[in-house]
Amino acid sequence: MNTQGKVFKYNDNVDTDVIIPARYLNTPNAQELALHCMEDIDKDFVKNVEKGDIIVAGYNFGCGSSREHAPLVIKTCGTGCVIAKSFARIFYRNAINIGLPILECPEAADEISANDEVNVDFDTGVITDNTTGKSYKAQPFPEFIQNIIRCGGLLASLKAGESND
Amino acid sequence: MGMTMTQKILAAHAGLDEVTPGQLIKAKLDIVLGNDITTPVAVNEFKKAGFDSVFDKDRVAIVLDHFVPNKDIKAAEQSKTCREFACAHCVSHFYDVGKMGIEHAFLPEQGIVTAGDCIIGADSHTCTYGALGAFSTGVGSTDMAAGMATGIAWFKVPSAIKFNLTGKLPKNCSGKDVILTIIGMIGVDGALYRSMEFAGDGIGELSMDDRFCICNMAIEAGAKNGIFPVDEKTKEYIKGRCEREPVIFEADEDAEYEREIKIDLSKIVPTVACPHLPENTRPASELGDIKIDQVVIGSCTNGRMEDMEAAYNILKGKHIADGIRCIIIPGTMKILRECVERGWYTAFIDAGAVVSTPTCGPCLGGYMGILAAGERCIATTNRNFVGRMGHTESEVYLASPQTAASSALTGYITEYKEV
Repeated sequence: MNTQGKVFKYNDNVDTDVIIPARYLNTPNAQELALHCMEDIDKDFVKNVEKGDIIVAGYNFGCGSSREHAPLVIKTCGTGCVIAKSFARIFYRNAINIGLPILECPEAADEISANDEVNVDFDTGVITDNTTGKSYKAQPFPEFIQNIIRCGGLLASLKAGESND
Repeated sequence: MGMTMTQKILAAHAGLDEVTPGQLIKAKLDIVLGNDITTPVAVNEFKKAGFDSVFDKDRVAIVLDHFVPNKDIKAAEQSKTCREFACAHCVSHFYDVGKMGIEHAFLPEQGIVTAGDCIIGADSHTCTYGALGAFSTGVGSTDMAAGMATGIAWFKVPSAIKFNLTGKLPKNCSGKDVILTIIGMIGVDGALYRSMEFAGDGIGELSMDDRFCICNMAIEAGAKNGIFPVDEKTKEYIKGRCEREPVIFEADEDAEYEREIKIDLSKIVPTVACPHLPENTRPASELGDIKIDQVVIGSCTNGRMEDMEAAYNILKGKHIADGIRCIIIPGTMKILRECVERGWYTAFIDAGAVVSTPTCGPCLGGYMGILAAGERCIATTNRNFVGRMGHTESEVYLASPQTAASSALTGYITEYKEV
């Protein structure tokens, strides 16, 4: 499995309030919510994002609220992957649970620039910046978490577990 | 190897004698919580996955608190989804308008959570209940759905930072100043993935409301949870309140901490977190003339009885400055009623403030105090991110109820000096 697209780049501490402002949280509808993805930090994100594109950010991406709406809108917009130096823990959990690929890789987050064309191979964790020609290796997930991702999210993995029992 | 309080609670709920940091475990849950924003997403996931019942109707808590009484039609639809789900599954801890409170003020008050519990809540401030000596952490809606269905959640056992508290807080400071000072010291990711374990002689000097406030904002340092040992004050608080027996866990003498930080409570000063991160802290006295438009006193961080009392003691018999809107939000119906009975409600109105029924409302920019471009608010809430309380060009300063109420009187951010 892989994704390829252009990069949207952000700084440290991108919080869930800027990813999806609470004023829009009066609906659980992902399509409707996704119209406002990143609105308070980057008004043009929704206009410019295309399927497979990649968000690259600094430390503590997704800090703040536990709203699962945050990884959900990023995924619904077509974003193929988020690469950051680190993730806030609830966002990290939520992304895995809903099947949004995320990778921790400080070196890639430092060196990759906005609008670079990047390819991410999820099986190997290899991130390739086609614009600069440089490659990076992200930390692989523990087996337990890989299984959740393989099944397509937490609930699907629970169901799969049930049928194995 | 010795274990921390958090590690011991997790081990007990995973049915293991011992756990170590980094270990992935499956733990039994005592309470699974959701609110009117996160529950509808969980209900969708629950249904989509084909679950037909909750694991235990007495272990699920659904509290409508973010946008209630409903702010608009869509919010009303979300509350309706929660109401119908709770009814269909006979959820015993379902709290609607008239009964509810802001979830993290409400659950401890009602004795729904207790010492030794393992709790998840689809709200980041679920970490509040660590004040009772419980392991309690915020999760997303899918975790809530899985928790409701199975009564189990997966966790990575956290390593720990120990905060050794000594001394006694000055009279013009509260738990809010302690936690803001700590966040200013270690940063918004200073405790990322870790537990914040509070210890030391100074703990006995902190009220339960101070402890709830401190644990509430552990998430603002990135922590998985914050936790206090159980002492006489905790036992007194729990007594006669909780429906389940508390279980008391103590950290081992040889528990390992990644880092130990000493905090002398007597050195704490009234502290304010400036826009746009909770780590941008400054002593209130050093801020200079920062003019404000609005004051909010309330939220899951500071909507408790002692917070209302602090506001009352400062505002009684006085009047807020011209041009200032002051919004006071008691955290639960019980606290609201108490404010009425003690005459505080009248004193707030006479001072020129408005008093709301319990709601998260303005804290997350939902409703009930939204800011326009260029406006500035001092709030006892927990986050001051860009656009948190309204327009992206508005500003939120985080402070204690003492500092917020003092500022309401002057119209500028003002340190409370006891008179």
